[in-house]
Amino acid sequence: MLTVLLLLWPVAAALLLHFFKGSAARVAAFGAALIEFVLAVFAAVTFNGGNSGQFSLNLPWIASAGINFHVGMDGLSLLLVLLTTFLVPLILLASYRRTFDNASAFYALVLFMETGLVGVFTAQDAFLFYFFWEVALIPIYFLAGVWGGVNRAKVTFKFFLYTIVGSLFMLAGFVYLYFQTGPAANGLAAHNAELTSFYNLSLSAQEQSWLFWLIFAAFAVKMPIFPFHTWQPDTYTESPAPATMLLSGIMLKMGIYGCMRWLLPVVPLGVSQWQDLVLILSIIGIIYGAIIAIRQQDVKRLIAYSSLSHVGLMIAGVFSLTQIGLQGASIQMLAHGVNVVGMFFIADCIERRTNTRLIPDLGGLTRQTPVLTVCFLVLLLGTVALPLTNGFVGEFLLLGGVYQYNAWMGAVAGITIILAAVYLLRMFQRVMLGPDSSFSDTITDLTGAELVVLVPLIVLVFWIGLFPNTFLHLSEGSVMNILSEVVKR
Amino acid sequence: MISIVLLSVFGLGNLFLGFLRSNRILLPAAMLMLGTVLTVNFIDWNGGPQSFFHDMLVIDNFSVAFTGIVVLTALLLIPFSEKYVRDGQANLAEYYSLLIFSLVGAIMMVAYNHLLMLFLGIEILSVAMYVVAGAEKSNLRSNEAALKYFLMGAFATGILLFGMALVYGATGTFELKNISFAVQNPVNASLTPMLYIGMLLMLIGIGFKVSAAPFHFWTPDVYEGTPTFFAAFMSTVVKTAGFAAFLKLLVQAFPAASAQGLWLPTLTAMCVLTLAIGNVGAVAQTSVKRMLAYSSVSHAGYLLIGLVAFNGQLEGASANGIFFYSLAYSVATVAAFGVVKLVADQRGREDYNGFNGLAKTNPLLAFVLTVAMLSLAGIPLTGGFFGKFFIFSAAVENGHIGLVVFAVVMSMISIYYYLRPIIAMYMRDVDAETAEPIAVSTFQSGALLLLALLTVVLGVLPGILSGIL
Repeated sequence: MLTVLLLLWPVAAALLLHFFKGSAARVAAFGAALIEFVLAVFAAVTFNGGNSGQFSLNLPWIASAGINFHVGMDGLSLLLVLLTTFLVPLILLASYRRTFDNASAFYALVLFMETGLVGVFTAQDAFLFYFFWEVALIPIYFLAGVWGGVNRAKVTFKFFLYTIVGSLFMLAGFVYLYFQTGPAANGLAAHNAELTSFYNLSLSAQEQSWLFWLIFAAFAVKMPIFPFHTWQPDTYTESPAPATMLLSGIMLKMGIYGCMRWLLPVVPLGVSQWQDLVLILSIIGIIYGAIIAIRQQDVKRLIAYSSLSHVGLMIAGVFSLTQIGLQGASIQMLAHGVNVVGMFFIADCIERRTNTRLIPDLGGLTRQTPVLTVCFLVLLLGTVALPLTNGFVGEFLLLGGVYQYNAWMGAVAGITIILAAVYLLRMFQRVMLGPDSSFSDTITDLTGAELVVLVPLIVLVFWIGLFPNTFLHLSEGSVMNILSEVVKR
Repeated sequence: MISIVLLSVFGLGNLFLGFLRSNRILLPAAMLMLGTVLTVNFIDWNGGPQSFFHDMLVIDNFSVAFTGIVVLTALLLIPFSEKYVRDGQANLAEYYSLLIFSLVGAIMMVAYNHLLMLFLGIEILSVAMYVVAGAEKSNLRSNEAALKYFLMGAFATGILLFGMALVYGATGTFELKNISFAVQNPVNASLTPMLYIGMLLMLIGIGFKVSAAPFHFWTPDVYEGTPTFFAAFMSTVVKTAGFAAFLKLLVQAFPAASAQGLWLPTLTAMCVLTLAIGNVGAVAQTSVKRMLAYSSVSHAGYLLIGLVAFNGQLEGASANGIFFYSLAYSVATVAAFGVVKLVADQRGREDYNGFNGLAKTNPLLAFVLTVAMLSLAGIPLTGGFFGKFFIFSAAVENGHIGLVVFAVVMSMISIYYYLRPIIAMYMRDVDAETAEPIAVSTFQSGALLLLALLTVVLGVLPGILSGIL
């Protein structure tokens, strides 16, 4: 029931939001998101580890086709639900200073999207999963398209087309799997789309080989993995800051979560056939994203490419099919969410004060902004994966996983840490330190409201870095389950 | 049956109301009449098959369900004729009566058990459409549309009738069950070619009415010229009734394997062609109304998949798929045409740029059109998604995987043109010509909201209607 409450509350709040105007809408949306977070924390507290499918509810949804409204949470779901519900209020708070036209619609869309995201992470039925997958997409299309930058129409259209085409392939894959369940003859009602029945299908290696690509298409676009990434930097750059944070902080995790939950255990033979290729692609993405990031002049684009590079490592970890790789991916999803949202927020803070995102125009900001500098540095070092920060735990486990699978791949993927240090520290040096720019004297430090956003993020940077087990033990059982499903066949 | 009687009486009654020379009473009266019919129609639900006129009409759940769709569509469409009321349109009572009478035809098409009734139904529906296509007497394009539709329609009718005559010649009967029996047990084998030619000619005739390619060519021109209000009626009611009739014909008269061997490839080819022409044609349009016309062709293609997914019953996956799809499509199309009509009436333009910045001036219109477009494109959360899902599932279940793959590719293309109005409304700025907000009455707002709500309900809780047949 708790899961249903988590799903319904943001929708209800989004609908109610239409009765609020302007700043009242902002406060109401933030309050609603905070309540959602409290609910998620309550779920985490009452969660008893190990068991899968807690707080679950299974109702017939389309009875004539055997499709159920089946939601529930295991540790992995819970982890991502926590991440989502934690980040959404912060993202709302991050847009505190901005005034959007038609604010109530903007915030309603964010809350609406939250439902989609929570739904993706808790759905236990393939069609429900697909449904929520798209529910999360539609609001972000409008968030980016309506409130975005100059090129928004073109860029968001490209993004929408990429993702929807990817999703349709996934749907085709699910439909195929759906028809493999149950007896063939008795019409649609004899089939079902339950996750567990997908796990128990016996499919030939050949079927799994193409099913892999059908299902993977949607995840590959969403994460994104090289070469399906071309929508990503543009969309990240053109979207308004909150939408970028939603995209990079949470939506990207939908793809990785999808791989872990809906791809590896469902078509394990397909995975083993294409494992090497995916690993190579993700490692290309790691290096390619990092190299391009070095050349970027635009702070937001730089973070976008760095995100591409980091996500490559997560994919590689997942596809190493090792326990530490998957565990690394689960913790890194959390860490990356925290870091990238923080980084985009800092970029947004700087942009609001200076009206520019171009690195050459900035410089010497640190003199007037000690607090901003410290926050920036902490988040940046988290991203670079300095030991004791959240990034370190994740990347260490991920690289360990890749290394276990193939030492050479592990070695190449490891370059990411060096490259990340290069482009991030370079950016930091040129923006915050470096020769003075025209903004050096006039820029103001972080305000209290901005600190309220950053402090929880920074707390998490260290919390995950110092006590990763708080979160690792949540996902452990699920990861073991997933791997046992993979090994079973 | 009661709905046919009521509609006939109401149609006449409505004409008498016209004598009052006050337009203001006509609109609520028409809505009341249609509302009554819609409610009363469901008395026959689960009433078992009841036959009338010596088995010429059979009222069963199938016909009640489809009657529900066409009457509901008309009911939801009527509010958008408010401009005619305000302008003091002299022929308003006649228009409403024509629509009400045409619904009688539509119901006969979904309830027929005898080819004569099918023919009568099609003609009652079509003749009314020929007239309303030319409703704007002073508009040359409207005149052209009416003439074009009438000439083409007359040809199609001729072909249909010829087909029926040949079928009658080969089987000696007009009744569906008897035709089916005669197809399986031919008395005289030498007549079989005649039977099949007759069957194909009938397919062509109905294919024309539902604008399936290659008999679709009249659609864009006629829709463009026809006043938007009536174009919406054409693209929803005529299509729904046409497909229900089509399904009934195939299921009850030609389920025999030998006949299927002929019509199945024909329909499959028509389906592929319709999907391609509808979707590719829509991409090239600059007018939203013409885009909706091509999109209506493409939806005929998706519905044809429902026919191809034939399982020999008036219940089960394919009939349910067609039912759900028609409902979702009708609701979304009425919403789309409704918004287009409001915009076109007040801005005098139907191109995409006429919609620039509509989200700023009229958030409600923009929202409803967005929901409608997403539904037509088949994106989840809307009825259109589950419509496609049920139709495609039915087709996959019967092994038409290639066709479904093609249709999925085509619906990817369709996303391009369905997003264009959304982009114009939300992502383009208001310009000088579109700065003026569009006046929408509370009544129309209510209807639009209801349409959007229905679309979303169908998309979130498809279970309530998905398996009722």
